[in-house]
Amino acid sequence: MVVTELKAIKVETKVRVRNTDFYYGSEQALYGINIDVPARQVTALIGPSGCGKSTFLRTLNRMNDIIDGTRLVGEVMIDGEDIYNENTDVVALRKKVGMVFQKSNPFPKSIFDNIAYGPRLHGITNKDELTAIVEKSLIRAALWDEVKDRLHKSALDLSGGQQQRMCIARALAVEPQVLLLDEPASALDPRSTARVEELITELRKDLTILIVTHNMQQAGRISDFTSFFYEGRQIEFGPTKRIFTNPGEKKTEDYITGRFG
Amino acid sequence: MRSRSAQTMIYWLMRAFTYFVLIVIAYIIFDIIRNGMPVLSWEFLTESPRKSGAEGGILPAIVGTLLLVLGTMAAALPLGMASAIYLSEYAKRGRFTEMLRLAILTLAGVPSIVFGLFGLGLFVLFLNFGASIIAGSLTLACMVLPTIIVSSEEALQGVPQSLREGSLALGATKWETIRKNVLPYAIPGMMTGSILGIGRAAGETAPILLTVAAFYLPGLPDSIFDQVMALPYHLYVLATQHPSADLVRPMQYGTALVLMILVMTVNLAAVLIRSRMRKKYRW
Ligand SMILES: Nc1ncnc2c1ncn2[C@@H]1O[C@H](COP(=O)(O)OP(=O)(O)OP(=O)(O)O)[C@@H](O)[C@H]1O
Ligand SMILES: [Mg+2]
Repeated sequence: MVVTELKAIKVETKVRVRNTDFYYGSEQALYGINIDVPARQVTALIGPSGCGKSTFLRTLNRMNDIIDGTRLVGEVMIDGEDIYNENTDVVALRKKVGMVFQKSNPFPKSIFDNIAYGPRLHGITNKDELTAIVEKSLIRAALWDEVKDRLHKSALDLSGGQQQRMCIARALAVEPQVLLLDEPASALDPRSTARVEELITELRKDLTILIVTHNMQQAGRISDFTSFFYEGRQIEFGPTKRIFTNPGEKKTEDYITGRFG
Repeated sequence: MRSRSAQTMIYWLMRAFTYFVLIVIAYIIFDIIRNGMPVLSWEFLTESPRKSGAEGGILPAIVGTLLLVLGTMAAALPLGMASAIYLSEYAKRGRFTEMLRLAILTLAGVPSIVFGLFGLGLFVLFLNFGASIIAGSLTLACMVLPTIIVSSEEALQGVPQSLREGSLALGATKWETIRKNVLPYAIPGMMTGSILGIGRAAGETAPILLTVAAFYLPGLPDSIFDQVMALPYHLYVLATQHPSADLVRPMQYGTALVLMILVMTVNLAAVLIRSRMRKKYRW
């Protein structure tokens, strides 16, 4: 069903997940996930709290590796390569698959050093080059005008919404191909939220975006595809329009219309 | 009503105990300063003792203690911090690391004379360093290692996990993450705890008694394989071993005062590092 729907609109697949289970120790958090994330589209992950959205996102850049005792069974392919292959270069993977966390995490450094952190890691030392990257990333994250005069001040002095956008800029600075956004607009005021949404629509031209959100209107506004998770399982996946107007599953409908969750 | 008056009473009781402790400490410090000050002079600080410590100064003991503090730092800081980094950042949480932690805590409670004997056995005799600065420093280092490891690990654990994740997610390796986004924030805390531990070691007598301290050695050392005098041991000798201990009482107080100032300076340095860095990083 998933496959035919995607074929109909002719999009290439960036991330392909097959029969994937995930365990925290002995506790299973994901069950048999199958999903084809289309390239250069926005895919929204929705579902009630604790259903495994963050866990799923973190399997895509192997961020779960750093938690002791976790285990993944199944296949996660990006650009046709199994990222859980023992030859996978995790560092290269994480450069390619950027992530913005549910809780914004500015480093206790200057705004400039935050954004330049990634490029520096990957060998860019030239001051002019770094400055250019910082400016470009901040412009892309719609933050440049607000911070251009205080790039060398601590990032911790930014407001919550600015910190969130700075984290997005930091992720963009390493030029990822896939961007994982874990509720990037939670705890933002409507104006900042609108800016982040604009930003996502803008980024969609070059990047494949997965975004977790609890805001149904937001998912409807900005995403092309929607995946509904429930208790560690993917209940339904499809074009956002279809999911929102004509959900195939009772649970999806109940959740979207706010009958539970 | 009744519980209220009980509250008040407990409050005053606690207060009284606190003041009592403070008064005792203040009295000790005051007594040392009052009796030690008159002896403090340029001569006392810069000359060697004469007549087995009854006259002259305590320069060799000051130098000895400073060298031992430096030696202890040089040996214990890198080792302790490396162990803390391993335990906090690399070791998997499991039974083995729990046992390792327990062992370290136990080590912290071992009496210092036992460390002295250990140092005598290992460094002085087995490794054949003889009674020397290096043997004494290494012994003191063993003694303060648990303190350094525990406080350094605490400082590392104080760095939010989200900073590690943020760095790794940008494609940093584990070591790059530790070096660039964990250590810079943890180092002040690591230093503070470690320096406090070493400050305590500077005043220890038992470990150096068996591994380095000379009873009476007016000259200064030439190499790390020489023996030295040290303030705590010199104080012990003056107070209990000297043929006329009563007559050299002022010298004892002077030595005690110098030792106290030295240790307090070290502690002050630690506190200053901490308060300066606190202002810089907060999350
Ligand atoms: N580090 C962890 N160790 C053990 N269990 C975890 C861990 N992180 C998450 N879990 C469990 O895995 C399940 C899925 O959690 P996850 O964080 O993926 O949910 P979520 O859909 O992102 O929820 P929310 O919308 O509240 O962010 C939950 O039952 C949670 O308790
Ligand atoms: Mg989540």
